Amino acid sequence: MTMNKNAKLLENLEWQGVSRRTFLKYCATLASLMALPPSAGRAMAEALAQAKRPSVIWLPFQECTGCTESITRSHSPSIEGMIFDMISLDYQETLMAAAGHQAEEALHKAMQDNMGKYVLIIDGSVATGLDGAYSCIAGRTNLEALREAAQGAAAIIALGSCAAYGGIPKAKPNPTGAVAVSDIIKDKPIVNIPGCPPIPVVITGVLAHYLTFGSLPELDKLGRPKAFYGETIHDRCYRRPFYDQGKFAKSFDDEGARKGWCLFELGCKGPVTYNACASVKWNGGASWPVEAGHGCLGCSEPDFWDAGGFYKALSMPADPLKMTAGAALAGAVAGVAITVANRAKKGAAKAAHETTTLADLEK
Amino acid sequence: MNEMQFLTWVRGPGLDIALSLFVLGVLWRLIEIYSLGRKKDLSAPRHKPGASGWHTIARRSVPPEGMFKTSPVSYVGGYVFHIGLAIIIFLFIPHIKLIESLVGVSWPGLPSQVVDLVTVVTLAAMIVLLADRIMKPTKRYLSGFQDWFTWTLTFLPVLTGWLAVQHLLLPYTTMLALHILTAELLLVFIPFTKLFHAFTVFGSRWFNGAVNGHKGVPV
Repeated sequence: MTMNKNAKLLENLEWQGVSRRTFLKYCATLASLMALPPSAGRAMAEALAQAKRPSVIWLPFQECTGCTESITRSHSPSIEGMIFDMISLDYQETLMAAAGHQAEEALHKAMQDNMGKYVLIIDGSVATGLDGAYSCIAGRTNLEALREAAQGAAAIIALGSCAAYGGIPKAKPNPTGAVAVSDIIKDKPIVNIPGCPPIPVVITGVLAHYLTFGSLPELDKLGRPKAFYGETIHDRCYRRPFYDQGKFAKSFDDEGARKGWCLFELGCKGPVTYNACASVKWNGGASWPVEAGHGCLGCSEPDFWDAGGFYKALSMPADPLKMTAGAALAGAVAGVAITVANRAKKGAAKAAHETTTLADLEK
Repeated sequence: MNEMQFLTWVRGPGLDIALSLFVLGVLWRLIEIYSLGRKKDLSAPRHKPGASGWHTIARRSVPPEGMFKTSPVSYVGGYVFHIGLAIIIFLFIPHIKLIESLVGVSWPGLPSQVVDLVTVVTLAAMIVLLADRIMKPTKRYLSGFQDWFTWTLTFLPVLTGWLAVQHLLLPYTTMLALHILTAELLLVFIPFTKLFHAFTVFGSRWFNGAVNGHKGVPV
């Protein structure tokens, strides 16, 4: 069985056994997730139903395939997964059957056929060290491949924290000179969908928005869709009342942990992490890290790897204090030195003191 | 530098620098002040000088007769904001966590809504005191650069901390970083401004009381 490549989205969904009603429900959910007005759900349904499958080219750079795993596994066979099937994924190394020259041909054909119209998804950071030689595919550096593929793209989705900010490859000391997609490409609309990995529905949400309105959703300062990255994990966390009451788990197996108290003291980065995990959750809404008993790592924020350690509370020093002991010594030495100087001054004054006698006064 | 890097800097190298300058300054000034000494008073003490010292420590925490009526704002405002600061600094759980990680001691904290309320009251008290300092000609006349400067240094960490918790003006991450930065500025300036009274207030009261007691004027 193969689906019709030129069929409209809804036709393909119906062919896969997804009813129109289910589809409408999905669109309404998506619209409300993205904080769009109720009418947008309908508009989205209409637009998506009519939409031809857009060509999507997915290039993996310095990455771990976690982003692909996230999307292909966690939601399958949910409707998000099916929507995802409904795009024309013309090049994705992990998922495509082709390899070698065949794969390269597929890539170039997709780029030529859809010049100026395809959506380019990048996962992984771009190595710039040694002219990009740290990461090559088919004998070409990621840097070259990105520049070439970006030229014909209508929009670029930087998927995952590596593509969005440089991510783990960029962690100190960044041996490969890893950078984000937005550090290289300046003349195309780029949406960052950070996370390690990102939430699947965020990706489909952005694609749906693009198909419906022909534009990218509203982005924040870091290029993330505001609808999903507008609030912190902490503000949406179901454990938040415990934070406010001052009830904290002190270790991963204490009374507090068993009672599901706040994980702030165990290093949760929820207060400074903007993502939708707390509301959308993972694995089809089954659970999410904090619900599973582990603090948020802050994976959708830039440089989360170098932000002072996963198990240190946010209010604790990010690095060990290096200078304080020396400073204490210097302070003590300064104090003693001044004491000696003061004493010497006093002693000198005392030595120079001349006793005044009655005879002196009568002179 | 993005906001996360800013936050990591103030939590890392920034904190290291600030704490180092703070510790350096505090030790330096404490040793300097307490090693100054005084000439030995050879006269026979007219009162037990030590007892008078302790008495003065307590006595000067209470307004002298009539003074409360003369300047109630200074007394009430002063008490409210000093106690408020102590509660905010020592009973807000993230702060306790910081102290614990630095010196290894910890104690139970207060629910964050209580600290939030105390913060609002503290900020209000500080603003009223500032207004009073500006409005009252005598206080204004007595105020120098340090008085305005130290007020600002103290006010900013409280304000930014509250704004961060309330998610006002700037994103939380940026505001939290600004909060830590302003607290670090405060730390750096404590040893070298009149804010050093945090360390010397009771020592100097004791000394004054003891000297006066020796002279026969226990107060």
